[in-house]
Amino acid sequence: MKKIFPILPALSAILLIYASYQALKVAPTDALQGDVYRIIYYHVPSAWTAFLLFLINFVASITYLVWRNDKSDVLALVSAEVGVVFCTIVLVTGPIWARPVWGIWWAPGDIRLTSTLVLWLIYVSYLVLRKFSTSAQTQVMAAALAVFGALDVPLVYFSIWFFRTQHPQPVIGGGGSMDPRMLHTLLVSWLAFLLFAFLVCWSRYRLELLKRGVERAEAMESLVGAGAAATTSLPLGRSPR
Amino acid sequence: MNSLWAVTWATLVKDVRLEWRSKDALNSMLFFSLLVVVIFVFSFDPLAEESRHIVGGLVWIAFLFAAVVALNQTWARELRNQVLDAYRVSPAPATGLFIAKAVGNFIFVCVLEALMTPLFVIFYNLHVLGPAWQLVPIALLGTWALVVNGTFFAAMSLRTRNREIMLPLLLFPVSIPAVIGMVAGTTAILTGEDSAHFYLVLLLTYDVVFTTACLALFRTILHAE
Repeated sequence: MKKIFPILPALSAILLIYASYQALKVAPTDALQGDVYRIIYYHVPSAWTAFLLFLINFVASITYLVWRNDKSDVLALVSAEVGVVFCTIVLVTGPIWARPVWGIWWAPGDIRLTSTLVLWLIYVSYLVLRKFSTSAQTQVMAAALAVFGALDVPLVYFSIWFFRTQHPQPVIGGGGSMDPRMLHTLLVSWLAFLLFAFLVCWSRYRLELLKRGVERAEAMESLVGAGAAATTSLPLGRSPR
Repeated sequence: MNSLWAVTWATLVKDVRLEWRSKDALNSMLFFSLLVVVIFVFSFDPLAEESRHIVGGLVWIAFLFAAVVALNQTWARELRNQVLDAYRVSPAPATGLFIAKAVGNFIFVCVLEALMTPLFVIFYNLHVLGPAWQLVPIALLGTWALVVNGTFFAAMSLRTRNREIMLPLLLFPVSIPAVIGMVAGTTAILTGEDSAHFYLVLLLTYDVVFTTACLALFRTILHAE
């Protein structure tokens, strides 16, 4: 597995460049919106990637609560961190597109906008908890918070059910028709984003595992050191046998 | 089951008695929300018609902030003299402790709301156009929604640095659907333009879901040390 690691950055760089070329050059201009629409090639893939990462975080948190294995906790942490980054991209690119097309930056009460924003807030609070928690049981608390966050998402959706949405219907499965070239570009973009997210997650995952290994080793060393110090500080003639 | 009831009752009576004698949480909450109301009065000077549209939001913001004051004190009290550690090693059911704390906070926040609501009515010249009795279930369900999660997250933020600031950071994002339900429901009743049934159902669902989640996970959180 580790052998393919050096290939991944190159591959994802090539794919990202290709996706950008497709998005900015090859894909046809939208009949109604003009070139502004091209931001969806960054907005939609980021959203899909972020939601996927949050789903991974939820599953990993449940796994951690049940089995308490360190690796699923690291996975939960990593997917939340990278998910927040992609969710931020979604929340930034959305208004940039909305301003020229809708005439407003933000539509308060819109079901998709609000639920994405709440999702972002929940995961930021998740990261803040992990950052500020001092006890050794941060993992348990973070996993519990992840479960609460996941329970919250359907309720957020439910709570703004009556509010009308301005957001365009889903590109896939929404009943709308899309130019096949546009769809192709969108899928290529998603693939590039997914690969990039996977690369970042994997590096972060390995880094976190190493960090924890170092911490454990340091703790062990100081324990052993304290033991040695205790032995030497015994009064002469009373050395332990 | 019997011991669960006994633990819950004993803890609840102890907390209410402590609060009755010291009035720590209640006084600070009352004064805090009074300040919020006064600041709002200075910030907005609405007509009666406008105030019906905004008071729903103002009332709940005031109560939300005030509730955090009480919630922060919930567990801090048990940290002194290692009471919480004693709870941990005792065979008493953890859920009993949680229910007692949540119900205690619920009582305190309800008392606060009962005392503060007349002030809002006076300051904003409120005249309810919808069915006013529906404000009671909205308030009860909404308060429980804030308090049950707040009690849980307060227990969670006990073991963090600057725990006082941690509680709102954890509580507010998760509470957004409940806040939407409370504010929109209150506004619907005050203006009489909409039915509040949807928001009652929303709050009830929220309460059921998160009460279950809190009860299921509280043991894990309490023993996470």
